Amino acid sequence: MMQGTISRISGPVITARGMKGARMYDVVKVGEEALRGEIIRLEGDEAVIQVYEDTTGLTVGENVEDTETPLSVELGPGLLSSIYDGVQRPLPVLLAKCGDFIARGISAPGLERERKWEFSPSVKEGDKVSGGDVIGIVREFHFEHRILVPPRVSGTVKEIRSGSFTVEETVCVLDNGTRLSMMQVWPVRIPRPIRKKLDPVLPLVTGQRVFDCIFPVTKGGTAMIPGGFGTGKTVSEQTLAKWSDTQIVVYIGCGERGNEMTDVLAEFPELVDSRTGLPLIERTILIANTSNMPVAAREASIYTGITIAEYFRDMGYDVALMADSTSRWGEALREVSGRLEEMPGEEGYPAYLATRLSAFYERAGRVECECTGERIGSVTVVGAVSPPGGDFSEPITQNTLRVVGTFWALDTSLAYRRHFPSVNWIKSYSLYLDSIGDWYVEHVAKDWRELREKTMYLLQKEVELQEIVQLVGPDALPESEKAILEVTRMIREDFLQQSAYSDTDSFCPMEKQYLMLKVIMTYYTQMNDAMNRGVTLKQIQGLPIRTGIGRMKDIGNTDDLKKMIGEISTGLTALEVEK
Amino acid sequence: MKQAPLLTRDYRTITYVSGPLVFVSNVKGASFGEMVRIFLKDGEERTGQVLDISEDLAVVQVFEGTRGIDTEVTKVRFTGEPARINVSIDMLGRVFSGVGKARDGGPEIIPDAILDIAGTPINPSARDKPADFIQTGMSTIDGLNTLVRGQKLPIFSGSGLPANKLAAQIARQAKVLGEGEQFAVVFVAMGITHKEASFFMRDFESTGALERVVFFMNLADDPTVERIAAPRCGLTVAEYLAFTHNLHVLVILTDMINYCEALREISTAREEVPGRRGYPGYMYTDLASIYERAGRLKGKSGSITQIPILTMPDDDITHPVPDLTGYITEGQIVLSRDLFRRGADPPVDALPCLSRLMNLGIGPGKTREDHRGVADQLYASYAYGRDLRRLVAIVGEEALTELDKKYLKFADEIEKRFITQGDEDRSIEKTLSTAWDLFAILPEDELKRIKKEYIAKYHPAHREPGR
Repeated sequence: MMQGTISRISGPVITARGMKGARMYDVVKVGEEALRGEIIRLEGDEAVIQVYEDTTGLTVGENVEDTETPLSVELGPGLLSSIYDGVQRPLPVLLAKCGDFIARGISAPGLERERKWEFSPSVKEGDKVSGGDVIGIVREFHFEHRILVPPRVSGTVKEIRSGSFTVEETVCVLDNGTRLSMMQVWPVRIPRPIRKKLDPVLPLVTGQRVFDCIFPVTKGGTAMIPGGFGTGKTVSEQTLAKWSDTQIVVYIGCGERGNEMTDVLAEFPELVDSRTGLPLIERTILIANTSNMPVAAREASIYTGITIAEYFRDMGYDVALMADSTSRWGEALREVSGRLEEMPGEEGYPAYLATRLSAFYERAGRVECECTGERIGSVTVVGAVSPPGGDFSEPITQNTLRVVGTFWALDTSLAYRRHFPSVNWIKSYSLYLDSIGDWYVEHVAKDWRELREKTMYLLQKEVELQEIVQLVGPDALPESEKAILEVTRMIREDFLQQSAYSDTDSFCPMEKQYLMLKVIMTYYTQMNDAMNRGVTLKQIQGLPIRTGIGRMKDIGNTDDLKKMIGEISTGLTALEVEK
Repeated sequence: MKQAPLLTRDYRTITYVSGPLVFVSNVKGASFGEMVRIFLKDGEERTGQVLDISEDLAVVQVFEGTRGIDTEVTKVRFTGEPARINVSIDMLGRVFSGVGKARDGGPEIIPDAILDIAGTPINPSARDKPADFIQTGMSTIDGLNTLVRGQKLPIFSGSGLPANKLAAQIARQAKVLGEGEQFAVVFVAMGITHKEASFFMRDFESTGALERVVFFMNLADDPTVERIAAPRCGLTVAEYLAFTHNLHVLVILTDMINYCEALREISTAREEVPGRRGYPGYMYTDLASIYERAGRLKGKSGSITQIPILTMPDDDITHPVPDLTGYITEGQIVLSRDLFRRGADPPVDALPCLSRLMNLGIGPGKTREDHRGVADQLYASYAYGRDLRRLVAIVGEEALTELDKKYLKFADEIEKRFITQGDEDRSIEKTLSTAWDLFAILPEDELKRIKKEYIAKYHPAHREPGR
């Protein structure tokens, strides 16, 4: 092992001398306490190292040891329902080892070593296997954890075992002598190999009306949620983590609040996945680097997260990854870059910010997995962005915009009036509408796209009308335009708004979403017809059906909504012109 | 932490002094973040901390300022220890300087423990979920932005706005329903004037709360760099009181803008690449290392609740200091100049306020079943009423529909009867019933955010006479 000595310490960044031959991104152990760090620059025999732990107390002259391996994560049974820090140390283990506060220099393996898992093989002696092939299955809770041949390994099975094993024990031997265990180790900064990327054609169903019906994201797609503080980024991310129809969720709390992670930890075991009836925690992996935990580990946390996500994708599952917030990751980059005295780019961020961001988001996707035969998996990435002052012109928002497919712009003024989710319907967009149209036609309704476009048209029209109202007052508008304002208010309050805390409305099934929109649009069409006959807006507003629309969210039975559509039609057609 | 070296190491090799920093050359074996003592020509002793070390140079920030330091005689002694503070339960009722020296003329305390002021991050899986409703007696907080034990909820103020009065009132009135136990208060003053500090002192004195308060005072004329240490000392004591002595601690930090200014001063002196408005790029991380020291731990009955106060320069909520604070804290209480001018007391601008942990502290068994709905409805209706005001300014009140006129009245009445309360200590019941009285202004159909059953139960129109 190569050894050097510390020559400079500046916050989380240290310089070590005598490191000739060390490679970029090698993991090193720093000082007597063996703090973990990573080489991020080489200059002659000097290496610059970012340290994943607090550097207070380090002295110039202490040893630095190169482990000659890149920063890696352990992948295998035991990942589900875990909570890790940014470099995959299990937090409950740290808690047991050093108490309520995280001490330094403590190492703990990502996967539990003693625990035995029941391995049932799915190959037999003499089978040819290559990277990505399933050699066996382990039941983790109710989840079918497929044990894969690591990438770039192939051969003929010489021996395959069955029974209880720890993650390190050999379960399979190949003819070339390679011994396979249930655990793989993979460097976090390198994407796991795939055979080919596919076009995303399936929507990620989230049960949130504004997401599913108006600005959908696909399985394998990317979305960003930017918004000032208090606009509901975290609540949106948590809602997605709760309700998305994926088999696995990786939730990264990157530089955010400790109490929020506690909230997730306390809430997820209680919550039940509506599709499988199992506790949500059983499909969730949490990565927590709270804002007061070391900044370099924050930089690593999103790579740790996405590597775990890719591992499950390779088994052929749909995975959703939530990163809250990528701005903190960008700031970690900036902080380390500042310590390196690099020439700053825009707003002090390093010039390579855009490259790193797009490289991260490109690890999302719906893919044909590398294996013999056919297997398809996906990783969907939803990144929250916290722009300073809520100003979307800042570098992280802008650079992320260039690479993501769905843009959910959260709006402070909507949040102030407690319109949640505070997605601004004018600024937001989704580029996936065309590619998932077929799915909607098949699974929801033929006229979904039409309804959506009409809704968007009305909302756009409302903005124009509001401007006029601001100038001349609402009385100056013709009746037909007052009717539009009436309907858009319904769309906003009775459709777009959705409370994450309501027991009846926090998850809204696709069919109900469609019917709710259909109700409002029927009301609009029928209202127009009636008004063309000469019925006044006042007459229409006197109908009791309006109150019914206002209470749609609490209706559990979709037949009631269908009935409502009929009632609207009959109610409005029955109106007679006042003389 | 490693054993401190037995030999003390003194250096007379100061080569460069700039702002609050001194650069000492040829230092051997100094450790990052360790404390140093600086002995001046006239025998005065100061303290400092190592910010950056390389093989030949150590950068030291001096807490008491660099005036009088020379490059010839001044001696620097490296102690080999991190910044620490003596703590004891006897600190309650005492006044200390920003670095924890007795400031009230009394003797130095006898330490029960000596703790590192930088603290270490709480393991997220050791945290317990905040869940206890704190009744502050303020309608805008209890009703709309509920504070819970273990939360960090800052007050964003503007210069001249009565943030101090509000903070003092909260400290005075805060209690958890059903528990007799009062909060212990750790009060950290950073760069505030003597007048402001004595306001708090008097207020605590007049209510007999003084023996429950630990003061850390760094006033406007005290050295700037000491402000970096003051909140950390305060929070170290708070952690000690909360997690060793199982007290519920309320930490008031005022004024965070002065803290950030001190941070900027040091960063500039180190010639670091500046971020927004000259504040250092790591300010988010730095502020987080203060604000995140709030919360509860599993298996411990104590808790730390933080109320930092900060003055928004030019009332600008997008200024880096309120902005970054808002991203770390669990909500914010915002004061408004407009409401202040119109006589609202406290002038809390409800719309930009938020409490992220509100849902954990309200509802049946904690406050009341209708609380969530009432708060949502009040927000939605008040926001709409406020929008109408702008419209009225242009087109006049006559142009409004009957319904809109009601909303306008609703917004006015909210400010007069709900937000304004003066020195009154309102129970949560009173706060909610005031809200219901105001809902009577609006047609019942408009109350869409509240469940029908609650309307039937609590709306004044349905209340039995005499209730």
